Amino acid sequence: MAYEVELDFEKPLLEVEKKIEELRAAQKDGKGDRTAELEALKKKADQLKVSIYANLTPWQRVLIARHPRRPYALDYIGYLFQDFIELHGDRHFSDDPAVVCGFAKLDGRPVMVLGQQKGRDMKESLLRNFGMMNPEGYRKAMRFMHLAEKFGRPVVIFIDTMGAYPGIGAEERGQAEAIARNLMEMSLLRTPIVAVVIGEGGSGGALGVGVADRVLILENAVYSVISPEGCAAILWRSAKFAPEAAKALRITAKDLTELGITDEVIPEPPGGAHRDPVGAASAVKIAIRRQLEALAKQPIGELLDARYGKFRAMGVFTEAAS
Amino acid sequence: MAWFKKKDKAIGAGARKEIPQGVWVKCEGCSAALFSRELDANQRVCPKCTYHFRLTAWERIALLADVGSFEEIDHAIHAGDPLGFTDSRPYPVRVKESQAKTGLPEVVLTGRAKMDEHQVMLSVMDFGFIGGSMGSAMGEKFTRAAETALAERRPFVSVAASGGARMQEGILSLMQMAKTSAAVGRLHEARVPYISVLTNPTTAGVMASFASLGDVILAEPGALIGFAGPRVIEQTIRQKLPKGFQTSEFVLSHGFVDRIVSRRQLKGTLVQLIDLLTG
Repeated sequence: MAYEVELDFEKPLLEVEKKIEELRAAQKDGKGDRTAELEALKKKADQLKVSIYANLTPWQRVLIARHPRRPYALDYIGYLFQDFIELHGDRHFSDDPAVVCGFAKLDGRPVMVLGQQKGRDMKESLLRNFGMMNPEGYRKAMRFMHLAEKFGRPVVIFIDTMGAYPGIGAEERGQAEAIARNLMEMSLLRTPIVAVVIGEGGSGGALGVGVADRVLILENAVYSVISPEGCAAILWRSAKFAPEAAKALRITAKDLTELGITDEVIPEPPGGAHRDPVGAASAVKIAIRRQLEALAKQPIGELLDARYGKFRAMGVFTEAAS
Repeated sequence: MAWFKKKDKAIGAGARKEIPQGVWVKCEGCSAALFSRELDANQRVCPKCTYHFRLTAWERIALLADVGSFEEIDHAIHAGDPLGFTDSRPYPVRVKESQAKTGLPEVVLTGRAKMDEHQVMLSVMDFGFIGGSMGSAMGEKFTRAAETALAERRPFVSVAASGGARMQEGILSLMQMAKTSAAVGRLHEARVPYISVLTNPTTAGVMASFASLGDVILAEPGALIGFAGPRVIEQTIRQKLPKGFQTSEFVLSHGFVDRIVSRRQLKGTLVQLIDLLTG
């Protein structure tokens, strides 16, 4: 298949994939048997997927995490769950399409599903505000988490946003308050919560739906206090240094897990989730199911203490005798 | 004609040396030249336009705590360097510079204090320490203060002054938002009063966590209060922001703080609230 967005480091792979496609088309048109050639090319593509993806820089992972063909929340919801029923609105101001919420079943068990949703084309991107939630979005998410708590359903959250929306209306309606309240309420929510960073974990905008018992992250997803461009603009005085900032901030799945921020890295298919969304979704499903099963066994008091302790323990400081 | 004799004596540079630096301060609000000692005597509020100058953490504690009552806790907690972060300078160097400049171990001072004989817990930030940025040390100190307040059932008063998270600690600084908010959550559940005071500026990660979670939220007049920085918003929407946007008054009118309180009345208001909540 053709990719309209070309990442430089993927070029050798994209060229092989293009050739495969051409050969397939030729074969379909009955222009001779090219099976052997195709097999060789496929093998080459597989090798390239492994070799390119084994040595990605943090900045390259940022670009993959933002890839426009990467599976989004609704894609995962479609692959993972049955009977998803989307429900809308924060009951105070409006419905924020940057976050989708609703009940669904995971292998027959009812769960509450929330997902930060980006748009696939310009029209949908505008509707979804590029996945950047407004205060009503955080309040909507919290409303459904409380609903899950009330009916004893676990919460599954897909995180994928460049950040909370920085706009005039967002400030007028209390973006900071909305996020702060979620951080507090989620720490007290009396039902298991599993969050999965599927693409971009953009700062407070991500954390505002990210206080969970388990925080999982896809292999090529990132999670950061500030975008590499933003950090570079402030500390290096130019956004050009984003690759340096991406490295310094330690935002990759591996780094985050080493730092104790994420609990598990979900491997992506060779060549990234954007090449094989179904493969990615099946890995995500296995991980979520396993985590939910483990959490369901914990008494709620223990679960809440463990959740508090998990975030309580985050941070590195020194305590010298003075 | 004796007056002219002065001409022979060196005036100018030599004479000026005797005047200590910073005797005159230009008001950031009305541009008036203020005599610094007079400004200090007026709690660093401009006597002409009531502009509230920033206070250091120790000045704030002197303003709020009964004389000699503040007992600092966790003085020994300092920033680590979890990421080995270096931009133009290594992060530990930035920390050392800020420590030397402010005389503070970290961006926040925490401790037990009395306010008009009420036993309280105080957490006071200093914007002069790396832009009032919250890193792991701040998160730990705030959380311990909240936990002490909970254990001793002391009303907890937090004074915020911050530009947000401390980038040099990366994702760990972001997580301090969750950590401090969870600690406030436990205070709420136990019904220990938590009062948040917002001073100039309180934005981003601090505003989007514990600073927004007070049972009562007070703000000093004219402070910059918001989530996103004004420049970030302007770049996003490609428009100039309206006058008065993200000020204390703006936030009050939109319902996100309870009262604007001038510095002169701050301690009295806090004491009154604590009395009404606990008395």
